[in-house]
Amino acid sequence: MFRKEYGRAVAVLTRVFRDLDLAEDAVQEAFAIAVQRWPVDGPPPSPAGWILTTARNRGIDRLRREAARQDKHAQAALLAVPDEQPEEGPVEDERLRLLFTCCHPALAPQAQVALTLRLLGGLSTTEIARAFLVPEATMAQRLVRAKSKIRHARIPYRVPEEADLPERLAGVLAVIYLVFNAGYVATAGDRLVREDLCLEAIRLARLVCRLMPDEPEAQGLLALLLLTQSRRPARTAADGSLVLLPDQDRGRWDRELVAEGQELVRACLRRNTPGPYQLQAAIAAVHSDVRTSEETDWRQIVALYDALLAMAPSPVVALNRAVAVAEVAGPEAALALLDDRALLGYQPFHGVRADLLRRAGRSAEARAAYEAALALTDNAVERAFLLGRLSELGREGPLIKPSRPRLRTARGAQKGKVRPCPRSDGWTRRASCVRRSRASPGTSCRGARRTGARRCPAPHGCRPARRSCRSGRARSAHRSERRELQW
Amino acid sequence: MTQYLISLYQPDGVVPPPEFLEPVMQKLGGLQEEMTSAGAWVFSGGLHQPDTATVVRPQEGGAALLTDGPYVEAKEHVGGFWVVRADDLDGGLRWARKVSDITGLPVEIRPFAFSTLP
Repeated sequence: MFRKEYGRAVAVLTRVFRDLDLAEDAVQEAFAIAVQRWPVDGPPPSPAGWILTTARNRGIDRLRREAARQDKHAQAALLAVPDEQPEEGPVEDERLRLLFTCCHPALAPQAQVALTLRLLGGLSTTEIARAFLVPEATMAQRLVRAKSKIRHARIPYRVPEEADLPERLAGVLAVIYLVFNAGYVATAGDRLVREDLCLEAIRLARLVCRLMPDEPEAQGLLALLLLTQSRRPARTAADGSLVLLPDQDRGRWDRELVAEGQELVRACLRRNTPGPYQLQAAIAAVHSDVRTSEETDWRQIVALYDALLAMAPSPVVALNRAVAVAEVAGPEAALALLDDRALLGYQPFHGVRADLLRRAGRSAEARAAYEAALALTDNAVERAFLLGRLSELGREGPLIKPSRPRLRTARGAQKGKVRPCPRSDGWTRRASCVRRSRASPGTSCRGARRTGARRCPAPHGCRPARRSCRSGRARSAHRSERRELQW
Repeated sequence: MTQYLISLYQPDGVVPPPEFLEPVMQKLGGLQEEMTSAGAWVFSGGLHQPDTATVVRPQEGGAALLTDGPYVEAKEHVGGFWVVRADDLDGGLRWARKVSDITGLPVEIRPFAFSTLP
């Protein structure tokens, strides 16, 4: 009840009060009262309507109090409140308005995600902070700042006009995708999946689909999320360890989600206006078509990746395509495609390369690649998996310490500037690392942004690209594409 | 209606050749007319190079301290600006995009907290 009605109520009251903070506070108060009263008096005939009315009254009370204290802003706001009771009926477009406000491109991507989860998902600041591994105070500040920008810069509370819609909708879908990814592969922690975030993303994707049924990419995104989510039960073994796509017990895939996702993909195919999300969903649908991984129609998957690459070219998509090519033409053919230096800082690149080298029988090179992959993840489940593969290769353990490489070259140490090496294989690239330790931080993330790599590809690069706003989005996008990498 | 400051950031000391500059100035003139006829234009202006700037700092108990050059040492400085009025940020962004498209330079848009111009 809370999750479902919270976003609705905030959306409607934002319309009434034209103030996010006031709307949010009022709705929270109304829910607090409901928690006290309903168990005693029994729930009202229309709980949603009750929440709206109560929240509206609370909000007006607060405005009256503030107006009485000669607060001009409150006096003006009070006059602007419409007389009629907020309606309970056509509120869905209110939520859509709120979603477009939360995902406005003038807000930083992290702020967009946080606001969406807070205002439409009803997640608490604490929950959001925990999900994104930042201190609660940081997250609270991020939310306050975003709301203040919405108020002062007058970020509009409406669905964009037709001309701007495709671009703006893409932003909304990207935020939903980010929420899902943040849940699907947590970068740190002991568990691989944060279920609540995945479910919230699916809920939001459903909402967008319902509100904008004519947007094929919205349907594509929902299908992609459903098909990905369907594999979740099979993705970890009983002991919590990672199971790759070829080894997954497909009997444990959630058939209901598969069926729903496939139906959406079929609808997209009929419509025949392909887009990146639809194509990714189609790839996932091909995987879900068969009962064992041996039956997978890899040729079709390669063809879909070709289409995806033509539409949204990125090194990560090219990498995923190479994985499919390996199934059609063998590991050596795929290895020949993996020459993109832009991906040196991208953990799955090394994982894929290691796997291909292992299958091609090039053990020594495979070992080095697994070690490079290990150096780039902090997730306990992923680390355990990589260490397992390494030991299968006939070594007792990794050559390097299983932690992020930190460079202590003579020159770097002298200057007291010891930072994590930006190169995935920083262990061997001392020269560039020394240069990096002298480079001013945060200056040239453009390279990373352009190439889609997690870290700057430049030898004298910059901070990890995760620091810069745009790449925050890019990075998480890669993370999700890992799914297709069978990670 | 909110007023927004749209500032154009130019690289210091780089003066493009006239064959590039002229069409840009012409298009900016067209934009000015467009803003005026849409009722969005409030004020606009272009600045000389930042090395013509002087910074004035208050001194405790004495005359202000003057220093030669711009306040912030950077490779780019505000070279021109527009003050526009719009219903909301999307309206302001539409003008900011146009300025950026015409000049090929980054622009910043920022809302006024108050303004003495109507």
